[in-house]
Amino acid sequence: MFTVYFPLLMLLGAVLLFVVATMALTHLVGPKRASVHKHEAFECGIPSQGDARTPFSVQYFVIAILFVLFDVEIIFLYPWAMEFRSLGWTGFFEVALFTSVVCLGFFYIYRHRLFSFKK
Amino acid sequence: MFDFFFIIEKLILISAVLGITLFIAAYSTLAERKLAAFFQDRIGPDRAGPFGLLQPLADGLKFLFKEAIIPAKADRFLFVLGPSLSMLAACMACAVIPWGPDLMLFGRTVALQITDLSVGLLYLFGLVSFGVYGVMIGGWASNNKYSLLSTIRASSQMISYELAMGLSLIALVLTTGTLSIREIVLGQPGWHWNILAQPLGFMIFIVCAFAETNRVPFDLPECETELVGGYHTEYSGMQLGFYLFAEYINMFISSAVMTCLYFGGFQMPFIASLGLPQNVVALFGVVFFFVKILMFLFLFIWIRWTLPRFRYDQLMRLGWTGLIPLAIINLLATAVFQLCN
Repeated sequence: MFTVYFPLLMLLGAVLLFVVATMALTHLVGPKRASVHKHEAFECGIPSQGDARTPFSVQYFVIAILFVLFDVEIIFLYPWAMEFRSLGWTGFFEVALFTSVVCLGFFYIYRHRLFSFKK
Repeated sequence: MFDFFFIIEKLILISAVLGITLFIAAYSTLAERKLAAFFQDRIGPDRAGPFGLLQPLADGLKFLFKEAIIPAKADRFLFVLGPSLSMLAACMACAVIPWGPDLMLFGRTVALQITDLSVGLLYLFGLVSFGVYGVMIGGWASNNKYSLLSTIRASSQMISYELAMGLSLIALVLTTGTLSIREIVLGQPGWHWNILAQPLGFMIFIVCAFAETNRVPFDLPECETELVGGYHTEYSGMQLGFYLFAEYINMFISSAVMTCLYFGGFQMPFIASLGLPQNVVALFGVVFFFVKILMFLFLFIWIRWTLPRFRYDQLMRLGWTGLIPLAIINLLATAVFQLCN
């Protein structure tokens, strides 16, 4: 455990040090000149209108939900892939059954045009 | 067990790997500009040093000495956290890459890999997901409508292509039987590269790698014709530098991963029959590994200056209705093929 995970912690430490040191250094050596217009949100040169904390298309949210669903299903397949040889054809048919249920759900979503971003 | 030499060895290895990663990422920015110039019949940067070789250094120093502007309406903490997380995720991925065969130094066996995780593939998969946070947090914290649009585009693009990537990797696990990247590389000696067993899986993986690194033709998050600059519109100074740099590190790491998974990593054909000492074989392996990585980096750059970018609905259609069904078919076909043998 030690020899496997300790180097990972060391790398995390080294990378954190690099990131924090660079951010601190650029904060120290860079100039700081405040101005009202410079600190406005950039909108192609015209005065910025309102705030960006606005609602956006629900389609992106649907994609995020679908991602969670399908990603969990993919993670379920990894243990099978590791024990693939010992499980043999029985394991394969069980996974094929599982995958066909997933595909049915996939087809249902496809027919409801949830992947189609075209209006 | 506290082993002093082990700590020293790993410290040297970590500094070397981080140094080389940052160096190659820096010089691939120069390579990108030089090659772009070549493709467009220009000269490219040639002012800083001979043939512009000091250009990455000049760019880095300039990023460092510029003001890091934080917009008045932005969330200050998250605004700085965004690029830092992007950089962190990009740099952490080099941990599980085996850079070469074992070296024998001072009677010790030195593995040229920071750590050989038994779940290396899942670790990489996790870091890919983690990288989305950097983009999402930074773009949202900017409080700019263009950054927000770009951020939600980027995150839905990345999560969509992650699915096909995960599925194509399962097919690879079926043929190799392990999740450790070192064992995957050791399982393809000589010319027995995994690309020969998994051609379709590799095609799916490389398309997803382009989408995950936001490279052309999938660079919609940075679509400057629609979104000003993309998710980093409000960024300046080193914070912008981190975002741009993280992209090149991701390119380098994904080239290394593709080489390891499908092109035999540090395995060199015919080297075993020459009867060379182990350390010489190891050095040849490292050089050959880097040659393969550089070819992939060239491919990334070549495609960027050759293809136009997709429209957003085309991108989503390709990811969900093209690659995912293809990856499922590839997975089941691989399983049947493996069981029949």
